[in-house]
Amino acid sequence: MKSHRWGIRRLVVAGAALTALAVLAACGGGSKTDSAGGGTTTGSADAVDAALKAGGEITYWSWTPSAQAQVTAFMKQYPNVKVNYVNAGTGNDHYTKLQNAIKAGSGAPDVAQIEYQALPQFALPGSLVDLNQYGFSQYESAYTASTWAAVHAGSGLFGLPQDSGPMALFYNKEVFDKYGITVPKTWDEYVAAAKKLHAANPKAYITNDSGDAGFTTSMIWQAGGQPFKTDGKNVTINLQDDGSKKWTGMWNQLVEGGLVSNIPGWTDEWFKALGDGTIATLPTGAWMPGVMESSVKAGAGKWAVAPMPTYDGQPATAENGGSTESVLKQSKNPALAAAFVRWLNHDEGVKPFLASGGFPATTADLKDPAFVDKTSAYFGGQKINQVLTAAAGTVVKGWSYLPYELYANSIYGDTVGKAYQSKSDLNAGLTSWQDALVKYGNEQGFQVNG
Amino acid sequence: MAESVAQQQLARAGATGKRRRRVFKDGKGWLFVGPFLAVFAVTFLAPIGYAIYLSLYRNQAFFGGTVFVGLDNYTQALQDPKFWEAFGRVAVFLVVQVPIMLVLALLAALAIDSARLHAAGFFRIVIFLPYAVPGVVAVLMWGYIYGDNFGLAANLNDLLGTTAIQPLSGTWMLPSIANIVTWEFVGYNMLIFYSALRTVPGELYEAAAIDGAGTFRTILAVKLPALRGAIVIATIFSIIGSFQLFNEPNILRTLAPNVITTYYTPNMYAYNLSFAGQQFNYSATVAIVMGIITAIIAYVVQLRGSRESL
Amino acid sequence: MSTVTSPLRPKRSKLLTGVMVLYLLYTIVPLAWLLLSTTKTQDDLLSTPGLWFGKSFAFFTNIKDTLTYNDGIFLRWLGNTVLYVVVGAGGATLLATAAGYGLAKYKFTGRRAVFAVLLGAVAVPGTALAVPTFLMFSNLGLTNTVWAIIIPSLVSPFGLYLMWVYATDAVPGELLEAARIDGAGEVRTFFTVALRLLAPGIVTTLLFAMVSTWNNYFLPLIMLSKPNLYPLTVGLTQWSNQATGVGARPIYNLVVTGSLLTIVPLVVAFLLLQRFWQSGLSAGSVK
Repeated sequence: MKSHRWGIRRLVVAGAALTALAVLAACGGGSKTDSAGGGTTTGSADAVDAALKAGGEITYWSWTPSAQAQVTAFMKQYPNVKVNYVNAGTGNDHYTKLQNAIKAGSGAPDVAQIEYQALPQFALPGSLVDLNQYGFSQYESAYTASTWAAVHAGSGLFGLPQDSGPMALFYNKEVFDKYGITVPKTWDEYVAAAKKLHAANPKAYITNDSGDAGFTTSMIWQAGGQPFKTDGKNVTINLQDDGSKKWTGMWNQLVEGGLVSNIPGWTDEWFKALGDGTIATLPTGAWMPGVMESSVKAGAGKWAVAPMPTYDGQPATAENGGSTESVLKQSKNPALAAAFVRWLNHDEGVKPFLASGGFPATTADLKDPAFVDKTSAYFGGQKINQVLTAAAGTVVKGWSYLPYELYANSIYGDTVGKAYQSKSDLNAGLTSWQDALVKYGNEQGFQVNG
Repeated sequence: MAESVAQQQLARAGATGKRRRRVFKDGKGWLFVGPFLAVFAVTFLAPIGYAIYLSLYRNQAFFGGTVFVGLDNYTQALQDPKFWEAFGRVAVFLVVQVPIMLVLALLAALAIDSARLHAAGFFRIVIFLPYAVPGVVAVLMWGYIYGDNFGLAANLNDLLGTTAIQPLSGTWMLPSIANIVTWEFVGYNMLIFYSALRTVPGELYEAAAIDGAGTFRTILAVKLPALRGAIVIATIFSIIGSFQLFNEPNILRTLAPNVITTYYTPNMYAYNLSFAGQQFNYSATVAIVMGIITAIIAYVVQLRGSRESL
Repeated sequence: MSTVTSPLRPKRSKLLTGVMVLYLLYTIVPLAWLLLSTTKTQDDLLSTPGLWFGKSFAFFTNIKDTLTYNDGIFLRWLGNTVLYVVVGAGGATLLATAAGYGLAKYKFTGRRAVFAVLLGAVAVPGTALAVPTFLMFSNLGLTNTVWAIIIPSLVSPFGLYLMWVYATDAVPGELLEAARIDGAGEVRTFFTVALRLLAPGIVTTLLFAMVSTWNNYFLPLIMLSKPNLYPLTVGLTQWSNQATGVGARPIYNLVVTGSLLTIVPLVVAFLLLQRFWQSGLSAGSVK
């Protein structure tokens, strides 16, 4: 008995020691984060050029297909700068590592790719460098209005736009011709086309939508909705505003009627369905042609591009996807990092990006006849960039993402996904999404109204 | 009477067994256990200690500070419907899947060990192979098998003229996951049993043979008793594995994002709280609560299963 | 396999074999998909039936492409994985064997506590501890080093339990006593007497540790952000993720082929190790 009790006491002591160790570790982590967050970076436009001249070494995390080519070209032009390019993962894997490194206070790169939707999440807690101090606001005119807005959080400028994704309607012309469907100009016509197609061929669907937060927010954006508004700590969420309801009023007909395929995007089934006519259209970003050319070979010659259908027939679209490159606060050489960002997304770096099939955010390239009037063999000789660059000019203004959009996306399936699963009213799903987002926001330090 | 020789033999083996199990009463055991425990302390205990510390605080991911909240997180977890929904799901999974898997594994091990099987070595490795298939390809593989648009499920539906087979739908999902886990882990558990069978002393079989004991009597009288320790371990780790169910639902989540919620299992819940929501404190709490429940159940199983061993 | 198990040497049974073949089919269908898929081009993967061959036979092209893609990074990942497995799983087996033996054969104070702590710690889901572990390792400067993968791989609680059960049965106390009387030290006894007797258990433990280290995904994903330190699992997932989002370039054929190549070394290890199960039997019946 005695020895038994001793055992427990020893265990408790050991446990306490371990806890103390952990607390120490935690405090260590905390103080480091603080010093990194509180460190002020001062700089100017001249500092960027000076840093480039002085040279140095920086690390760059990105999953952009052209990143390696861009880095190679940069180092050729500036041999005294060494850029360590790292593909740390795609999307959430990348953000997880970034988040962990920020929390740990070390290990983050100097420059990182961040999608527009995720930018506020990193900018607001002070993890990114405000590029206004380097006078980067002067580059405003070089970019489309929607992407320039997307790299801002509050008044801060946290990156330069890498690409844009104005939405257009990609459709399988062969399928449309076969079933006598005309290209829809309005969403009503689109719904009618969906019914006609599925009635004619029960295995074919107008599009696939298994519930995708990025698609939903873009569609609400196109309908003129502004469900998320952020002003410092104050956040307003209204996923039942006019635009949101306009979209659900239309899209409910497809979901409740079982007229959309449940194949999730970016799976092998999806690539297959795009090639064999199972999925007849995709309302998606202007970066899609590159993906189709390389990955949906069976669709070559069948697909075409049209402007997004709208509610009233007047041109209007939204952005879908797209990224920026940002400078991390942890960077020991933020001026050099900023110089690299400027080269990537403003100067010579844009060319290799376009060559890899990317869709630009830079107005000069969007107006360049060589780009606009290029014929695409894949799209049956259509000058698709005429449609896509025109779309870039009709993006509805005033959109912003939640400052915790990544979390919002992660629980989309728990809430709106249920409506998709039961083929029922999306409004109910959006309302429960909103409730969960309000609760989370308030727990994380925001003042959320919703 | 025919059993008598075997019984004597067994009794003798039991006696030698006891004699063989004699242990030395001294602290030199630490010499052998120490290195393991040192690494264990760094990689398991310290993070758990840290997690316990975290579970007593609440932190705001934005603009916020950290506040000490005592056991508030625990109160919240115990009243969290998401947590209990997830718990209920893995409990059902545990009760249904684990017995099926272990019985299949046991039968496979006995069959392979029986020497009555043609090409036993081939069976042994093929049944073990699923455990070695990397998770990254599992999404593609099960996406094909469960796919009701182009996959095997679609082919079956076409063949039968129905659309009834929908492995990725809400009602089918848990059985679909159980199928993957069974497929992967029957071979794993089979090897545990099989290698334990290899330690059965040959004289026991001889004795059973002298008694004229048939195959099934030999299994009941000789093999199963010898497997006792291995069965207890396999059960304990299967219980832990079920309560920590994560990989398989996470793989299928890619294919059925609306069916598999972020709180489909307790472990997924803890993971998503931490990685998607940065709610590290609450995530740690959920993990600790789940750990305590699992440990209690596993401990009870161990006590019942191996009273004499401890 | 030879029939050392039973002195009766019973006849092989067609019925039993038939029943087992049914189970084998269940096991083999997904594996057959994997094997057949490695013979297909990316286009065939998307356009031909999963359980039959594609239009072209691209098996060797796929292997060549897998090994040479991105300047042959696959081979680098393979090398890393081998390093992690040899040091990690090898070390884990040694530590688990020693500890299991110690727990089975020595009755020391705190033995019960060790069991309780082990069980309690293993019961806590590891994924939730990933961030705390990452922060600790980061403070110790271990992230982005091979040690971040190797050190956690050194612990196999399951292996310890397994070895404890094996050691209880397979190592006769008399032998140890005899060794002591001969004047052998505890450590020497362990290495010269016990290890040999524990061979089948060690092999099983080693095999499990190897497979779990080989397939270790989550930990390296969190700990490493240098692709040239990645193990195969993380690298292949990165290839797989190329199929997602803006600029997607799916290379499913390479993912599938890479996965097959990942399994091959494990099969070889299995075949090399399996003979120890047989020698283990004779060791177990040493008198």
